Amino acid sequence: MKRLLVVFATTAASLLGQWGGDLRFCLRSDPKTFNPLLVEDEASETVRYLTGGVLIRVNRLTQELEPELATSWKISRQGRAIAFQLRRGVSFSDGTPFTADDVAYTMHTLMDPALHSPTGDSFRSAPGDVETTVQAPDRVTIVFPAPVAGLERLFDQVAIVSSRSPKKEAATLGPFAVSHYTPGTGVVLERNPHYWKTDASGHHLPYLDAIHLDIQQNREIELVRFTRGELHLINTIDPEMFSRLAKQEPSLVHDAGPSLESEMMWLNQNPAAPLPDYEKAWFRSQNFRRAISAAINRADICRVVYHGHAQPAAGPISPANRFWFDAALKPHPFDPKGAMSRLQRDGFRMENGVLRDRDGHAVEFSLITNSGNKAREHMAAMMQQDLAAIGIKLNIVTLDFRSLIERISQSFRYEACLLGLTNYDLDPSSQMNVWLSSASNHQWYPNQKTPDTAWEAEIDRLMQAQAATVIPEKRKAYFDKVQAIVSDQAPFLYLVTKNSLSAVSPKLQNVQPAMIRPQTYWNAENLTLAPAQVARNAR
Amino acid sequence: MKRARNIAAGVLVLIFAASLLAGFVAPAPYASQFRDFVSAPASRRFWLGTDELGRDRWSRLLYGTRISLLLAPAAALLSTFMAVVIGGIAGYAGGWCDRIIGRVIDLFLSLPWLFLFLIVRALLPLNASPLTSVTLTFTIMGLVGWAPAARIIRAGAQSLRNSDLVLHARACGCHGLRLVLIHLAPRLKPVVFAQFWIAVPTFILGEASLGLIGLGVAEPLPSWGNLLRELANPQAVASNPWILAPLAILVIVVSCFQLLLPEREFAS
Repeated sequence: MKRLLVVFATTAASLLGQWGGDLRFCLRSDPKTFNPLLVEDEASETVRYLTGGVLIRVNRLTQELEPELATSWKISRQGRAIAFQLRRGVSFSDGTPFTADDVAYTMHTLMDPALHSPTGDSFRSAPGDVETTVQAPDRVTIVFPAPVAGLERLFDQVAIVSSRSPKKEAATLGPFAVSHYTPGTGVVLERNPHYWKTDASGHHLPYLDAIHLDIQQNREIELVRFTRGELHLINTIDPEMFSRLAKQEPSLVHDAGPSLESEMMWLNQNPAAPLPDYEKAWFRSQNFRRAISAAINRADICRVVYHGHAQPAAGPISPANRFWFDAALKPHPFDPKGAMSRLQRDGFRMENGVLRDRDGHAVEFSLITNSGNKAREHMAAMMQQDLAAIGIKLNIVTLDFRSLIERISQSFRYEACLLGLTNYDLDPSSQMNVWLSSASNHQWYPNQKTPDTAWEAEIDRLMQAQAATVIPEKRKAYFDKVQAIVSDQAPFLYLVTKNSLSAVSPKLQNVQPAMIRPQTYWNAENLTLAPAQVARNAR
Repeated sequence: MKRARNIAAGVLVLIFAASLLAGFVAPAPYASQFRDFVSAPASRRFWLGTDELGRDRWSRLLYGTRISLLLAPAAALLSTFMAVVIGGIAGYAGGWCDRIIGRVIDLFLSLPWLFLFLIVRALLPLNASPLTSVTLTFTIMGLVGWAPAARIIRAGAQSLRNSDLVLHARACGCHGLRLVLIHLAPRLKPVVFAQFWIAVPTFILGEASLGLIGLGVAEPLPSWGNLLRELANPQAVASNPWILAPLAILVIVVSCFQLLLPEREFAS
């Protein structure tokens, strides 16, 4: 029913849509590539989303799968194979017809190990070749060497490229195609004249003539340009800027609720780290980690740092992820007394306001984070005061990103780290490189030969079990257990889940801000500009 | 003019005293967060309001003044001393010595010093106290910040070396150190003082910029540099004019120091 209402609302709005006009907003950096199969940065992802045609699309509002270039699909052989029935009469932006050969060509290119496609990596469940069989111009089957968890959702990231067009990846199936690119200045996308979608009256979408993506790193300048009316939207806006803008004009800002972005910290548990043995012993103690977690006032962080546009985080899955979120899991409560009690169980004691371990070492450690992120620096300062209340001295060190990555992934010369986490993919299988003890992103102790602890071995088992089945409910049950173990053992201390904040000009219509990326322009083909704005653009 | 100098001296003494006695004068510790009064406007309780974490701006300004008033001039002194020695030798000696030092100055001006700071920060133990970190930051700034001043002092020394005055002095038998101390140094003094006073706010602002890449004063220690970072938000300045207080103090302090200089120091 809800989905029907959304469809009705979108359709009704489309009927009032104004044709023409140029939409303008900012990218934070130059796109690293225009090849949709090689996308790994946010700017390139924006271009891919707006230009690429996909077989299946995840609706950003409902999070349900919707048919795009594939009118239907069927998964078989226990999740190893997927058969697509393709839409007929569709052409690329240069007029080249779209057929099953293009899907086969895309998959073949995507899975070529020489290409090193990050999108292709998400399909690699086991060694072996991916076989694509074209049964008819509108029917294709793809067979993988092993079951791929959440297989159909992965196709949301696969923009189909043409096997026959002389323009290759520049020929697109999405609502727009790249027209101009001036490095350091911007990208212009023009409407795809052959885009297959139509509105209720049968006219070909999109409504907009073009999208101008201006490259602008400075967020203050972006905000000033937005308030001057030079930009139509800011897809993600900082909470502080959001509050500032809300004071000026509340109708410009939108808080869509929890996003997929969270902030977390972890303590270095790597036995090979060049840290004193007593510190390693602290960090490897569950009681110590839980005490740190209990001493942090997450509600205050949400209120002070995020101006109320965040909520205490319970685990790796945000409430924005409707299917995989475990509502039974609660954030660790703020409980300094409970924290002290846990520490006392490990032999810690308070002496003149200083927490000491059983050998008399004062508890002091550093927290590294990347410089230039004001929210993170403020969060660290608040944690510093919270931990001081239980006698722990926290030294905050901000490092440039490269130095920070070197410390957490190579030299391991750090004690604790505060960073953010963004899940682009709703499916937890994309987090295998975090949860498996052998993984390089298993940050608290990466690249383990064998699981160091029983609970890490259990996480390994559960993650492999969820990846080996295609029944969603079973997978969810396995991953809920992973989340429960993570919450109990606290290798990562999840702090806050940030809300999805955006700013949209009233001139831009049919915008339905969503919790997941791309929050404001996920329905780009349906966006329209107010008549006055279209007329101004025409002049 | 004497009255203005007296006032300047009084203001400086007051600011120095307030910063040195911050522990007694400040109404709250600089790190204390009053989380129910975040970004509060100026009031009887918080004279300059509170920052984004609810910390009393007035208290932080007092403590920050102490850091900046002690360390920025110390770094400026170090860099000016090096500039005088290196630029003075180059300008006075001339010839191959001048050419070599000139190249070294050019080299120092062209090197990306930011990377040196990054390397130093990477080498510094993570648990170094904020005070150690800030002292080291200012010391490095002093050690690498001499080149622009050295170039100007070198030009001044060159001009004096070729002047009639020095020619006469030499003709009268005045050479070497005696010539430098009696005839050159007093005439270079205004340039040197000017370079020093230019360096002080430069280092203060430099520290603020370094803070953006994590090389400035670490939290929760305040400094004029990190207090000035609040000015990066122009709209906040319009609605909270009291965040201009660190800038006002910076301008007052630099102006007072300028006024305190003897008048003849500015004579060419």
